[in-house]
Amino acid sequence: MAIPKILGTETEYGIIGRHDPDFDPISRTLLLINSYQCEMPPPSLWDYTQEALRFDPQAMSFDDIYDTPDQLDSLSINKVLENGARYYLDHAHPEYATPECANIRDVVCYEKAGDRILDRSRTAAEQVLMDGQQILLYKNNSDHKGNSYGYHENYLLDRSTPFRLIVEQFTPFIVSRQIFCGAGKVGAENNTLSTAYQISQRADFFETEVGLDTMVKRPLINTRDEPHASREKYRRLHVIVGDANMSEYALYLKLGTSALVLAMIEDEFLPRTFTLRDPVATLKAISRDLTCQKPVQLDDGSTISPIALQWEYWAAAERYCATFPVEPWGQDVLRKWAYVLYQLEQEPLSLARELDWVIKWQLLISYMDRYGCAWDSAQITLLDLQYHDIRRDKGLYYVLERRGDVERIVTDAEIDRAVDEPPDDTRAYLRGMCLKKFRPQVFSVNWDSLAFNLDEGEIRRIALDDPLQGTKAQVATAIEAATSAAELLAMLSET
Amino acid sequence: MMIHTRHSRTRTQSGEMLEPMVADEHRALTIMVRMAAGDQKQVRRSDAPQDTAEAKAASNIKERGETLKEDLDRIIDEIDEVLEENAEEFVKNYVQRGGE
Repeated sequence: MAIPKILGTETEYGIIGRHDPDFDPISRTLLLINSYQCEMPPPSLWDYTQEALRFDPQAMSFDDIYDTPDQLDSLSINKVLENGARYYLDHAHPEYATPECANIRDVVCYEKAGDRILDRSRTAAEQVLMDGQQILLYKNNSDHKGNSYGYHENYLLDRSTPFRLIVEQFTPFIVSRQIFCGAGKVGAENNTLSTAYQISQRADFFETEVGLDTMVKRPLINTRDEPHASREKYRRLHVIVGDANMSEYALYLKLGTSALVLAMIEDEFLPRTFTLRDPVATLKAISRDLTCQKPVQLDDGSTISPIALQWEYWAAAERYCATFPVEPWGQDVLRKWAYVLYQLEQEPLSLARELDWVIKWQLLISYMDRYGCAWDSAQITLLDLQYHDIRRDKGLYYVLERRGDVERIVTDAEIDRAVDEPPDDTRAYLRGMCLKKFRPQVFSVNWDSLAFNLDEGEIRRIALDDPLQGTKAQVATAIEAATSAAELLAMLSET
Repeated sequence: MMIHTRHSRTRTQSGEMLEPMVADEHRALTIMVRMAAGDQKQVRRSDAPQDTAEAKAASNIKERGETLKEDLDRIIDEIDEVLEENAEEFVKNYVQRGGE
């Protein structure tokens, strides 16, 4: 039986300065991070000890390129938040990783909370900038000039699932799922076939099928194996091929369908493997087919359309949900998945409330229609860019949201709660609540550990090898009763 | 379950309009959006409907189309208010370092 799908996402935001001739993305990102809730007591360290090694199951070798920052750097480039998330500098971008979530709606809330956290940091940071200087942030994946920055999903998998099976069965799914979760992009990059508009922001940047890299030679299936949990029991599948979504609906479907397909792979439920002849080329070809119906080549010589390929996964998932006791969100995901596939078949533009690439497409064509500008005009590229601006008064997606022109999955109140409160049903609860109550004593944090600086100067580290350890049901009473970190640790060790 | 698996390879009307030529493809798409947006010329193609049911359907389509067109017009107006100035320079200056 498939294990519960604990999941979370990481978003790297595009960052630029305005009226800021000496703009440097790294120092501005540090300013952002350190402007968020800067009234709080000194932050805790990010504990890198568990991240020193990365094992590549393909190459069967350890990768030691990973640099571990010293304590001072760690403090300035990381912030662990009370909602259980991590907010940090990654290369030259601000990055936000949601806390571990146990259901799909929660991830939508926590990812959307990330946009608000970044926006609050931006407002706070601008207080200390010179008059008129601004920091602008974009939740997209390309600068239209050949540079891409990532959006990553993480799914907890059973370690016993053969990695080969994941590669075989998940690849055709993630290559074709862009038809509902692509964020849409004007033009082509990275020496790929030119096009006026395409479904995915990221497709142009993928060059190989399986590998460890994320910055060069990007692979469809990433082999990074850092479970942030018990290595014996779990694998964390790091999915790097997706676009960052503005649309809650597209985000929800991206995560929900992927989690269902992975559960089917774990249970060896998928009846047939559709092997694509050339998955990397197919990813780019599907991204350029706005009908989603042009057949793609399978390895056995036959062809199938992207929509039909998704229907195959859907049909299997429908049988799967009827056979296995799946999680409550399963049926809702199935319904929405069927709806978008059906509508895509009839008329993609009918999904201009649901899917980012269609919402943006309709916007761009309407704009071109009014002003007579061309696909390669600066105005159209600007619209493409500003669709992803996270400011709620300036971002074009948020203009549409405010008008009620996009489908929502969660409410503003739920997102606001996710800015400040951790999820109840994963170890993120213990992490977030310890930061709320015992912050001065929290010495360091990682996904799978918490270390406390006790009164006697002793550092006590507790391991959280299971993401379902430290939930509200398990620890709320102890956190409530404890008057110090030492007391909490004593109570937790008794249970 | 609500909708059964489909394997239809037939292209939709819009699909048929889409051929590999980028320029043609996007000309066709623009026409599609104009249709969706209730372009008067497109709607009037169904001129002189033969019976009242058809006439009524055509007028419904026209009404819906007009509503959508008005909506899109209002959206574009709102976007014009928030859009960054000097598109050319703004887009040129949006350069990121690769990440991940």
